[in-house]
Amino acid sequence: MENKERILKLLEEDATLTTSQIAVMLDAEEEEVKSAIKQYEKEGVINGYRALINWDKTPVAKASALIELRVTPQRNTGFDEIAARVMGFPEVESVYLMSGGYDLAVMVSAKTMQEVALFVAKRLAPIEGILSTATHFVLSRYKDGGVVYDTEYEEIDERGSNLID
Amino acid sequence: MIDYPSKLNNTIKAVKPSGIRKFFDIANELDDVISLSVGEPDFHTPWHVREEGIYTLEKGRTRYTPNRGFIKLREEISNFMSRKYNLAYSPDSEILVTVGGSEAIDLCIRTLINPGDEVLIPEPSFVCYVPITQMAGGVPVTITTKAENKFRLTPEEVEEKITDKTKLLILPFPNNPTGAVMRKEDLEAIAKVCIKHDILVLSDEIYSELTYGKEKHVSMASIDGMWERTIVINGFSKTYAMTGWRLGYAVGPSEIITPMTKLHQFGIMSAPTMSQYAAIEALANGDEDIETMKESYDMRRRLIVDGLNKIGLTCFEPEGAFYVFPSIKSTGLTSQEFCEKLIYSKRVAVVPGDAFGECGEGFVRISYCYSTQHITEALERMGEFVKELKNGN
Repeated sequence: MENKERILKLLEEDATLTTSQIAVMLDAEEEEVKSAIKQYEKEGVINGYRALINWDKTPVAKASALIELRVTPQRNTGFDEIAARVMGFPEVESVYLMSGGYDLAVMVSAKTMQEVALFVAKRLAPIEGILSTATHFVLSRYKDGGVVYDTEYEEIDERGSNLID
Repeated sequence: MIDYPSKLNNTIKAVKPSGIRKFFDIANELDDVISLSVGEPDFHTPWHVREEGIYTLEKGRTRYTPNRGFIKLREEISNFMSRKYNLAYSPDSEILVTVGGSEAIDLCIRTLINPGDEVLIPEPSFVCYVPITQMAGGVPVTITTKAENKFRLTPEEVEEKITDKTKLLILPFPNNPTGAVMRKEDLEAIAKVCIKHDILVLSDEIYSELTYGKEKHVSMASIDGMWERTIVINGFSKTYAMTGWRLGYAVGPSEIITPMTKLHQFGIMSAPTMSQYAAIEALANGDEDIETMKESYDMRRRLIVDGLNKIGLTCFEPEGAFYVFPSIKSTGLTSQEFCEKLIYSKRVAVVPGDAFGECGEGFVRISYCYSTQHITEALERMGEFVKELKNGN
């Protein structure tokens, strides 16, 4: 891995690192790091910085579901056009084109399960070219984006019991 | 009433307890302590290795193994030594699997040392060599490595301490606590002295995979004329983040490994079975894990060295292991005072250097086996601490 790509790796793990910290860690000049990050942002390699939030631990209500969409591909544009229509909705968190039993995998979030279900019925299902939908609600988030959310499975640091290491 | 002290072995009574204890007690009493004190990886054992351990239990592989360890494990160790350090050891007679590197050190010293034999021990270093030598009836002769030599051992320092009773030199590099690494030419110079005076070497290379920069670890046993007079100690704890599995090994001439095996057979029987299976997986498929962890340590090493130098605690750049060993002499405090004040006023725990030999006075050991956020926060607190000391608060 080149140093430039290591910057991405570091930011992927912790976006709060400052450019000066990254420079020290990679034994590089801070200016180099700054310009690499700028370029990545410009090229759309880095598309934003956000916090990983476990909404289940807050009073804020949130329900998520994975929606399987079966789609008729359009002449010339294939799946792209329908994907574009689907992802326009702010309720849609992610859209993937899949191999296998269905075509588009769509993650949808809203305040309640009912809202999610209504969104699918009213907004997604009627889109021309969508043949069928199947809604799977998320019941528990064990691990998301590489982070373990269920504290029961969190790996704890119990070091420090040894006196001579 | 039994007079217990009178029943105890005199040597064990005379052995000093670890100097870190008092300090850990303080750390445990206080809240909100940020520790930079532990000497084990923050990584968990790679999952594929843990899975192998789980599978082993599911399959009911819960019995003794051969005394020397599974042949398959010894073969993997032999491959590892050859692909990493260009060393040839026969799985049949030149490798012994032990309960951690510590057991291997104990076995080696007890197998070689007669009462009165002198053992050369460079310091600062890991704390076990002196007491084990004493328990074997040997005489520990310490050698002080110096900051101005990057804490490397020099041939003159060795030569100076040699007498006609000297039998064994301990070579603890990459070094805990200093992070010093011996280069090939340094080892060659020491080798000459050992050959000239017919001294054996116990080379504790437990941190061999954690060296930073372009130059890889060189084993003492790979130096001309040294294979036959070196016992290399290594293990899984640091390399694969497997401290709790308690698994290490010794490799060397069968004339020494075989009597070590005799002692191991009576004291231990065999190293843990589950750990041995997991270790086979680690050696066979774990090279990438080592690289990932090493790269991560290296970044944190740079972060902490840079931070300490900015604070004004001059810091020799460590090239191995996962510790920095900055001098705290500029503060005018002793190591113990520095650590106590630091933990009481700023809630940061580091280890006083004199825990690793008297010559560690004036230094502290700081481990960077912690997350970058953790390190950054600790550095900030230490920065405030040093500033307040300078302002005489």
